[in-house]
Amino acid sequence: MTSVEAFFEMLYDVHGINVTIGYDSWDRGQFLDGLWLTVQLSVLSIFFSLLVGAIGAWAQGSPLRIIRALVGGFVTFFRNTPPLVQLYFFFFALGTVLRIESDTGLAQPLVSNFGWAVISFSLFAGAMNTEIFRSGIEAVPNSTIEASYAMGFTRLQTYIYIVLPLAIRISLPSLGTNLVNLVKTTTLAYALAVPELLYVSAQIWSDQLNVREMMNVLLLSYVGLVAILVWILHRWEKALRIPGFGG
Amino acid sequence: MSWSEDKPIVSIKDVKKSFGSLEVLKGVSIDIMKGEVICIIGPSGSGKSTLIRCINALNDIQGGSITVEGREVHDEELDKLELRKKVGMVFQQYNLFPHKTALQNVMMAPLKVLKEPKADVEKRARALIKKVRLEGKENSYPGELSGGQQQRVAIARSLAMRPDVMLFDEVTAALDPETVKEVLVTIKDLAAEGMTCILVTHEMGFAREVADHIYFTDKGVIVEHGAPEEFFDKASDPRTKEFLSQVL
Repeated sequence: MTSVEAFFEMLYDVHGINVTIGYDSWDRGQFLDGLWLTVQLSVLSIFFSLLVGAIGAWAQGSPLRIIRALVGGFVTFFRNTPPLVQLYFFFFALGTVLRIESDTGLAQPLVSNFGWAVISFSLFAGAMNTEIFRSGIEAVPNSTIEASYAMGFTRLQTYIYIVLPLAIRISLPSLGTNLVNLVKTTTLAYALAVPELLYVSAQIWSDQLNVREMMNVLLLSYVGLVAILVWILHRWEKALRIPGFGG
Repeated sequence: MSWSEDKPIVSIKDVKKSFGSLEVLKGVSIDIMKGEVICIIGPSGSGKSTLIRCINALNDIQGGSITVEGREVHDEELDKLELRKKVGMVFQQYNLFPHKTALQNVMMAPLKVLKEPKADVEKRARALIKKVRLEGKENSYPGELSGGQQQRVAIARSLAMRPDVMLFDEVTAALDPETVKEVLVTIKDLAAEGMTCILVTHEMGFAREVADHIYFTDKGVIVEHGAPEEFFDKASDPRTKEFLSQVL
C-alpha cells in the first residue's frame, strides 16, 4: 500500500471522510477513465466547434443569400434551444434512424453515444463560435480587405491569410468564455450514459454512499480542467500578440 | 484585341459611375501611355478616388469602358486576378496587414498569388525594402512604423507584384507634413524609372514636378487638362482657376 493510499485510509478511519478513489484502485480506475473521457470529449468538441465556427463565419459572408440564410438558421436553432434537448434530439431522434444492419442481423447504431455527444457539442458551441468569429471578422477594417483584393488575392485567400488571423485575435476573449462553457457542458453527456467524469462519479457515490466527498472531488476536477484550458488560451493570446496592434 | 506599346496602356472612355442615385462620374475619358505619369486633382467629392478605383475593378461602372493593356476591365468574363496582378494600388490609409512584418507584407502576394519560390521572393522583397529606404525595418510590424514608413512599405508591397501600372490614391493625405516628402521621393524614383503612374493627389508642387499630364476634375467631369506648365500657368476654366487659387 502506498503512502497516498494510507493517507486516504487514515482520512476515512479517523475523520470519516471517505474519498474512495484515494485508496480503492477499482474506483480510482473508474474515475481516471471518466476524467480521460471528459478530456477527449472536450478536446474533440473544441476542435470541431472551432472548425464549425470558422466555416460558418466564412459562409455568413457569402454573396449568396441562400447560404447566409442557412447559416443564420443554424445559428438561431442552436443558440435558441437548450443543449440537453439538442443532445436528446441527436441521440433519440436521429440516432434511431441512422442504423445499419450488423452481421448478427440486428440493427446497430451508426454513431455511438460518445459520437453523438461530440457532434452535438461541436454544433452547439460551433454556432456560438460562428457568431463570435463573425463579430471578429466585422471588426477587420474593410480597407485592409480591399488592399488584399487589390493585390490579386481571392476571397478565400483573403479570408485565410488576412481576415481570419486578425479576427481570431479580436475574438479571443469571447472565444475563451465560450470554450470554457463548452468544457463544462460536456457533463451533459451524462444523459446519454457516456461514462465521463460526472457519470463515473455518480456511479462511485451510488456504490460507496460518499456523495459529499465525490461532489467536492468533481468540482475540484473541473476547476483544474478549466484552469488548464484558460492557461492554454492565455499562452495562445500571448503568442499571437502583435507589437503595435490592438493595444 | 492585341495590345502594343503605341496604344494607351490604360484607356478610360466616357466612364459613368453612380452610387445609388448619386452620379459620381458623368462621362470621364483619359488615355495613359506606357511610362506616363498623370495626376488627377480636384476638390473633395469630385470623383477622383472613385475613378482610379474603377481601373482595378474595386468599383464597378455603369457606363463607358476602361481597358488595361487592351483588355476591358468591366467585362464579366475578365479574370479580375489577372488584372490586379498588372495594376498595383497604394491607398491613403496604407492598409498594411497588421499581423505581418514589413518584409512579410511585401512577400505575401508574390508567394500566395503568384506562387513564386520563397527564396526568390525574399530576395526581391529585401531589395524593394532597400529601394524604399527602409533597410533595417524588415522585421518591424506596421504598428511599430510611422505613417510615412508604413506607406513606403505599402509601395514596396505593390511593386513586389511587378505591376505595369501603379495607382496612388491620395497616398500622402494621411501623413505628417515632414513624412510626406519621403513618400513623394519614393514615387518620384519610380516615375523616373519609367513606371506608369496614375496619382490622385493634393500635392500641387509635386504634381507639377513629376506629372506628364494633369487632369482637373470637378463634379464628376474633367474640367480641364494639360501638361503641368500650361495647366498651372494658363488655366482657362473659371472652376480650375478658383481651385488653383485656393490650393496654391
